[in-house]
Amino acid sequence: MGSAQRLLLSGDEAVARAALAGGIALGTGYPGTPSTEILETFSALGGKAQWAPNEKVGLEVGLGAAFAGGRALVTMKHVGLNVAADPLFTAAYTGVDAALVVVSADDPGMASSQNEQDNRRYAEAAALPMLEPSDSQEAYGFTLAAIELSERWRMPVLLRLTTRVCHSKTVVSLDGAPPAAPDGAPHFRRDIKGRVMIPANARPAHRRLRAKLAEIARWGETCPLNRVIEGTGKPAGLGIIASGIACVHAREAAPEAAVLKLGLTYPLPLGLIRAFAAAHARTVVVEEGDPYLANAIRAAGVAVESAPEIYRFGELNVGRVRRLLAGDATPEAAPPPGKPPQLCAGCPHGFVFELLRKHGCIVAGDIGCYTLGVLPPHEAMDTCVCMGAGITVGLGMRHVLPPAEARRVVSVIGDSTFVHSGITGLVEMVYNKPPTGHVVLILDNGTTAMTGQQEHPGTGRALDHAPAGKISFEDLARALGIANVRVFDPTRETGALDRALTDALAADDLTVIITRRPCLLAAGKIRQYERAAGACHEQPES
Amino acid sequence: MNSPNHEVVNVVIAGLGGQGVLKASDILADAAFRSGHDVKKAEVHGMSQRGGSIASDVRFGARVLSPMVPEGEADFLLVLSPDQVEPNRHHLRPTGPGRPGGSLITPEAIDPAALPNRRAVNVALLGVLSRRLPIDETAWQDAIRANLPEKLHAVNLQAFALGRATPHP
Repeated sequence: MGSAQRLLLSGDEAVARAALAGGIALGTGYPGTPSTEILETFSALGGKAQWAPNEKVGLEVGLGAAFAGGRALVTMKHVGLNVAADPLFTAAYTGVDAALVVVSADDPGMASSQNEQDNRRYAEAAALPMLEPSDSQEAYGFTLAAIELSERWRMPVLLRLTTRVCHSKTVVSLDGAPPAAPDGAPHFRRDIKGRVMIPANARPAHRRLRAKLAEIARWGETCPLNRVIEGTGKPAGLGIIASGIACVHAREAAPEAAVLKLGLTYPLPLGLIRAFAAAHARTVVVEEGDPYLANAIRAAGVAVESAPEIYRFGELNVGRVRRLLAGDATPEAAPPPGKPPQLCAGCPHGFVFELLRKHGCIVAGDIGCYTLGVLPPHEAMDTCVCMGAGITVGLGMRHVLPPAEARRVVSVIGDSTFVHSGITGLVEMVYNKPPTGHVVLILDNGTTAMTGQQEHPGTGRALDHAPAGKISFEDLARALGIANVRVFDPTRETGALDRALTDALAADDLTVIITRRPCLLAAGKIRQYERAAGACHEQPES
Repeated sequence: MNSPNHEVVNVVIAGLGGQGVLKASDILADAAFRSGHDVKKAEVHGMSQRGGSIASDVRFGARVLSPMVPEGEADFLLVLSPDQVEPNRHHLRPTGPGRPGGSLITPEAIDPAALPNRRAVNVALLGVLSRRLPIDETAWQDAIRANLPEKLHAVNLQAFALGRATPHP
């Protein structure tokens, strides 16, 4: 194995390489920074990968594949796991036949997210084993380990990454034996007690789940994923307990310290932790985000120091870890402000936000490039919470505001976000129509722009840009019983769009306006894909 | 300094989204990798694609731990947009006892008239930087070819050579 191939890879690319080496039969998920490149790379390497309309659907499709004996990888950003939490918790009960690896890519510091929730909490809440790599080499190795763990204990495994693991490039040696092939080709195995979670079956399933976790906890005490890295200082001095990216920051900040590096962070190897703490004069837990490790370790009766509260916010880095270890809780200097991002010059969304501003609209916004409509020069957004909430938060305001204000409320949602979580909002709008009606604008730029131009069910192209089934938003809205459905090019038909908006705001009725024009950055590629699809159609069948 | 990173070279490349910051850091990291160094590169994608400030860290040497250049430890700060110099100056290593401070490299180092294409200023500045780094010229050239489409090879190799021939303090 000495001649293993060495590559400079991002963590995302390393997970994709391992997925290929590990025989993943199906990769699915929803784009979300910093996880997006995993499935894109897996597809480019020849793996079968597809975008789901949202993370819940992706996880359920992956679970079905794993029930049927096909190894599955499901990827998403941290907030995506909220959407997928429903299947996640019960998949822990059902277990799987073939591996199911669920990637949660967290974003401490919120480089491109609406919150910095710490998804290590999900491992404990759903009772699933969790692995946390520190660099791309481990992203590769831990993905292979997750496949093995998942099949050994027949349960889903969480692979928890963070922005700096996903997007940093580090040297990877593609060694390590890939896991043995799953037991036989995919096939249906009837297992009503294990798969049909009526209460009578779920009660014993919960007990089975806890028994598996107890076994994994024992295995974790000696497994190679958890290890002690000796420091350059005198033995028994400073000991650091860390996982993920915090581990490399800590080793650089305190080279003298011994580091208990935890790769399996649920269930925790409490015996190993207890022995490590006992062997060091001072033991400090260094972790990014919530005091997840520190609280669990203290709850087990092991005395450790942890970070002052200020380090819960934002990313860690070497400088912050140095201060953390020094117990420095004084306020930190803010980095000099940079230039904020903005909508591209000429972006079709910009025309829409200028109109909303002109009409004095109260804008319930959503997640995507168009969230930048909140910044100057537009400043035309009033709320942004989560995927799909543009429509539903707007409805809530319409229900309680006095009529004159209620009529100013519009909901704005992008095309990919509409498919992800907007459709049920339209159903709500038809079913519980506010007295003043409502106006929804679907800003359709033909791509999932913010995450880097991924396809979605509204583009009619699959992850690899090949032709696929296409959802028509206008047909969907009309089928739900919404009478006023209009489509405009916001750049070329600005005047007509303005008049339609004026009418819609005055009518106490339901209106869906679709503003359709391709993203400036994606337009050229979209034309190429369309030409390629046209050429395919013209070829005679062989 | 009892740091295992004392042999590590720290470079921060900064600018605005769309200027080629990430491409420049990809080429630098690849060139260092091809020269046999351990390499780590850190950056944040996402929002920064929309014309906002963007910075990428590249660290290489015998052994690199954190992928992020610690505050005030950059040996080189390469800035592609003049208005991004001040927001990023804090990355540079201050002058210490017996040790010079980090170096700032900006587009002013390059004669715009000699540049084969304005878009290639990022690679030209890598050429300026290359005079100071223990990376073989062939590794640079291979990295440029590996990270850019073929039609851009000639322009960028020319831009790199221009930078490499430019004296810089």
